[in-house]
Amino acid sequence: MRRPLEGVLVLEFCQFLAGPSAGLRLADLGARVIKIERPRTGDACRQLSIKNLFVNDDSLLFHTINRNKESYAADLKNADDLVRLKKLISKVDIMIHNFRPGVMEKIGLDYTSVQEINSKIIYGVVTGYGNEGPWANKPGQDLLVQSVSGLTYLSGSDIDGPVPFGLSVSDIMCGNHLAQGLIAALIKRAKTNQSVLVEVSLLESILDVQFEVITTYLNDGGKLPERSAVKGSAHSYLSAPYGMYATTNGHIALAMGDLKLICSIIDCDITDLYTDANSTFENRDKLILRLGETFKHQNREYWLGLLESNGIWCAAVLNYREATNLDVYKSLKIEQQLNLGDGKHIKTTSSPLRMDGNKLYADKPAPILGHHNVGINEEFELN
Amino acid sequence: MRPLEDYLVIDFSQFLSGPSASLRLADMGARVIKVERLGVGDICRTLYTSNLIMNGESSVFHAINRNKESFEVDLKSEEDCEMVRELLKKADIMIHNFRPGVMERLGFDYQSVSEINSSIIYGEISGFGNEESVWRNKPGQDLLLQSVTGLTSLTGNADSGPVAMGLSIIDMLTGAHLAQGLLACLYRKAITNEGGLVQVSMMESAYDFQFETITTFMNDGGALPERSVKNNANAYLGAPYGIYQTQNGYLALAMGSIPVLGKLLECEAMLKFTDIKEAYDKRDEIKAIIAEHLLTGTTEKWLSKLEPADIWCADVLNWEQLMAHDGFKVLNMIQEVEMLDGYKYETTRCPVRIDGELLTSSKGSPKLGQDNEKIIKEFNLKSIASA
Repeated sequence: MRRPLEGVLVLEFCQFLAGPSAGLRLADLGARVIKIERPRTGDACRQLSIKNLFVNDDSLLFHTINRNKESYAADLKNADDLVRLKKLISKVDIMIHNFRPGVMEKIGLDYTSVQEINSKIIYGVVTGYGNEGPWANKPGQDLLVQSVSGLTYLSGSDIDGPVPFGLSVSDIMCGNHLAQGLIAALIKRAKTNQSVLVEVSLLESILDVQFEVITTYLNDGGKLPERSAVKGSAHSYLSAPYGMYATTNGHIALAMGDLKLICSIIDCDITDLYTDANSTFENRDKLILRLGETFKHQNREYWLGLLESNGIWCAAVLNYREATNLDVYKSLKIEQQLNLGDGKHIKTTSSPLRMDGNKLYADKPAPILGHHNVGINEEFELN
Repeated sequence: MRPLEDYLVIDFSQFLSGPSASLRLADMGARVIKVERLGVGDICRTLYTSNLIMNGESSVFHAINRNKESFEVDLKSEEDCEMVRELLKKADIMIHNFRPGVMERLGFDYQSVSEINSSIIYGEISGFGNEESVWRNKPGQDLLLQSVTGLTSLTGNADSGPVAMGLSIIDMLTGAHLAQGLLACLYRKAITNEGGLVQVSMMESAYDFQFETITTFMNDGGALPERSVKNNANAYLGAPYGIYQTQNGYLALAMGSIPVLGKLLECEAMLKFTDIKEAYDKRDEIKAIIAEHLLTGTTEKWLSKLEPADIWCADVLNWEQLMAHDGFKVLNMIQEVEMLDGYKYETTRCPVRIDGELLTSSKGSPKLGQDNEKIIKEFNLKSIASA
């Protein structure tokens, strides 16, 4: 199979997660991605570890985000390195960066300058909050962007105060949006043969994630979301039974469904709380509590068996150990192994996409800092 | 010129995952025709959130399906199927998110469609995979996907029990992944004129979302993520990472050295945590100290001490506060769109800018079947008996 982006060459002047996750997606789709990194330290993510996990000299986190790429060490403040980089830029299809506004202008690698070197460049920029306005120079960090975006008032229950998503969701969505924009730009360039500028920001991306609920807010007289006061509720805009319920041995999740039918199946009396379909919104908290009273008396398997056999949308709430032991996890072949050489391997996830029926596996590990300098200098005649 | 100008997308999908992908393609310039079931349409039209009905339909339907056309057909009628096949001959992309087997029965599976249009790009979303999957017949619903993939063990505090992310995040990710795959194939088609098949399951997208934490889990001897007792924002990060209550609101703190923060905040008790490892190992103790201290001052006070020192921190806003702020206004994130009948509503725009242009579009969502006549005429399809 020819991977769709085969032959596309990408330079990644990015650190941390948003930009590099876009680079990773392009790499799995067939592009060749070269990280441009500062000599000696490289992408700051190399030293950003979680739970102090390192593989060789770099954090496991860095390995996860930067597999299937090459590394070229260059000092953007060194004139000789800059000459080499400009030569390299003249030969690539895409370059992406996530410096704060103004940095690339100072170095002379901003979009306008780069167009003069390469009139067909696709130039991708990631910022925290866009290029203008009072937030343009704030640090584009995931938790902070979540915090100003209103997102923290959607999860958990209302007594919790703001509850952030427990993952770098703005970074990840922004990386996804950047990848979309860059590939769309490739399509545009195939027609026009001219350079294209693609810009995304963490804030715009996390607002896009909220597009359904923000649209509801904008057209509902500015009524703010009201989370349930009850533990386990899962969506401030959806009615009962939507949520998670404790059983004797763990939780089950119930999606939207016919509440009266569900209650008759599990033998839970809600006649005092239910007059018509509107009651599922109006009495949401009381209904969730009432259902909880019934669910707590039997185990997870009992309820799932009963509900599933009646066609009700439900699932077990699992932790990583249980989830990665599911047959379906194995049959979808979610894991892949990266080959570090010297007999070492790292297990990680593979691309979520299948192309022409094939998984997009790639066992190439993250690069050692500057590992490809010699080869790239030679191949592109940079010296 | 928008990147996808002149491309035609035929979208059979419902709810959020598939339609969010076609919305992105529409904003990038493609023409998107929703193929909807006679009399009912996309079920999302009646999937209400907060009981809000806008011009007869749900707010989420309007958000997801603006900038599209609607072609109402009965896929059980041979005549209508024939029209859809004619339309597919002209299409660049087709999308669906039916459960495995449905399109085979209807005769619109990849094999059949590629026989009538060999360069079509066929996009397919499933909940848990197709024939290879033991769960292929389970419903691909967002909360259920969050629940079975371990995602609910990451948000909230240690004693919160499972906490879902409060919107359909897996649907949106799956849609974003599908859009990437379709775009990549469209690029390949522009170069080689080949079609292609793009498949993504919500389960694989859910794990891709968790690629950092699940990789950590796989290489850490199977230790489960542990959320901090209070102020948790990431199970794998140390103090101060989290949101804290202040005298008059909240303050978000990202990474930062504990003693440096202690000095800036004038909090004596923080100064002793000089070993960088303590930020993780003693995070509950440290977070409790920070939480108590931050209650003694206003958010503005703390920001005025931390921001000049370039500490990563922010106020915590709700939508009302956000939308009143110049930092939001300057983005021009809200656009007004108009339906054919003149009904107007506000919604967000596409988050990507291309060549400095905001990819806005004033076209609102379609009423069921509103474009039948136009499409039949334009593509020279036979008239529908029921029209």
